[in-house]
Amino acid sequence: MIAIKIKNLTKHYRDVIAVDNLSLDIEAGKLVALLGINGAGKTTTIKMLSCLTKPTSGNAYLFEKSICNEILAVKSLIAISPQESAVAPNLTARENLKLICGIHNFSKQKTEQKINELVALLKIDSIIDRKAGKLSGGWQRRLSIAMALISEPKILFLDEPTLGLDVIARSDLWNIIRSLKDKVTIILTTHYMEEAESLADKIAIMANGRLLLYDTAENIKNIAKAENFEQAFITVVKGVQK
Amino acid sequence: MRMLTFANRNAKEIIRDPLNLFFGLGFPLVLILLLSAIQANIPVELFKIDSLTPGVTVFGLSFMTLFSATIIAKDRNSSLLQRLYTSPLSAIDFILGYTLPIIPIAIAQCVICYVVAFVLGLTPTLNVLWAILLIIPVSLLFISLGLLFGSILNDKQVGGICGALLTNLSAWLSGIWFDLNLVGGAFKKIAYLLPFVHAVEMERSVLAGDYSNILPHLLWVLGYSIVTLVLSVVLFLRQMKKQ
Repeated sequence: MIAIKIKNLTKHYRDVIAVDNLSLDIEAGKLVALLGINGAGKTTTIKMLSCLTKPTSGNAYLFEKSICNEILAVKSLIAISPQESAVAPNLTARENLKLICGIHNFSKQKTEQKINELVALLKIDSIIDRKAGKLSGGWQRRLSIAMALISEPKILFLDEPTLGLDVIARSDLWNIIRSLKDKVTIILTTHYMEEAESLADKIAIMANGRLLLYDTAENIKNIAKAENFEQAFITVVKGVQK
Repeated sequence: MRMLTFANRNAKEIIRDPLNLFFGLGFPLVLILLLSAIQANIPVELFKIDSLTPGVTVFGLSFMTLFSATIIAKDRNSSLLQRLYTSPLSAIDFILGYTLPIIPIAIAQCVICYVVAFVLGLTPTLNVLWAILLIIPVSLLFISLGLLFGSILNDKQVGGICGALLTNLSAWLSGIWFDLNLVGGAFKKIAYLLPFVHAVEMERSVLAGDYSNILPHLLWVLGYSIVTLVLSVVLFLRQMKKQ
């Protein structure tokens, strides 16, 4: 089943083309990594798919709901964990989760149940009653993902989820993301080759707003005739820049 | 329900910041105590407790602008707003959620100022209740300014514009600290074209029981409050679209 169908999606900012005629299909339950250098159009793509930015042209359908005409229906399907921490700093981790439950009109019982579930899934019990603003980057990212998951989204957008984290925190977060695969369709943007290769079922390499390749890491290496994925990425992106 | 959850979060964010507590509640009290002490030694008509207290209650509201603008600017900067824009919260939920929780804080600030003023010799009358009630339209003006600045500035700029510029403007052009007639001319004319002095004179009139003088000043305050609120909503929606 197709979770996301992107058709000729384009975004212009004045004379800059942030995303140029992007088309691709993403299967339900899969994890797709959008990979590219700065300014490739990854974040703009996520912003359009999550109805934060209107496309200049083209459309995308999330479980057949249009991001242009069915915004409320799309919003009920998705959640986003943005690049920055996106937590309420003077609230405890538990209060942050309660905030999102309240915004989704959950009952008291469901709120408690969801919080317990996510605390266990993301292993955040040790920090649940600490102020979010005082947590380390790694804990804030975990909390951010828990806040995104609380509404039981069918599609989860993770924008650079491990940016700035140390190796251990990154590895822990990778395990959490892996555990979500098959349950939620995940679109993840990243700069890290190993992250895309390790986590993604398929990788979309973008440069200058355009989709260069969309395939598995193995196939991308074969196409680029490269020994490792990083080399393959460089070959693909530099090939276009020439 | 959704809006109230969001408003509750905003109230907690503001109240739990010790700097907010100091500037929101502590600083106006320091001003009342300090200027009353000056008044006790060198009598100045303007610093008499029944003239000073209404002025400080209005001046203290400039910190509500700072609270309101800071929380919005920080939420934009941390992408919390981006996250919430993908939730079922509507534009009106955001605007009310940022506005409503600051009104009780503004009223609390006003009440505390009057309690201290009673200790310092202000006679408790029914007019004090009216003065507290009429602080609401004034606080709406200052909160709207916060919504406006928070929608267009980042949190550092908010500190400069609201923390320094607005507090100074509302101090100089309000007739709280010196009689505007002493400067006169264009300065006085500009001051009377702005809402601050009208808010102060309205509060002083209420407290003095000079009811006939309230309406003209109230109209200025309401006019500015409505225009600022509309403008702030437009700018908030614009930044929401820009996401």
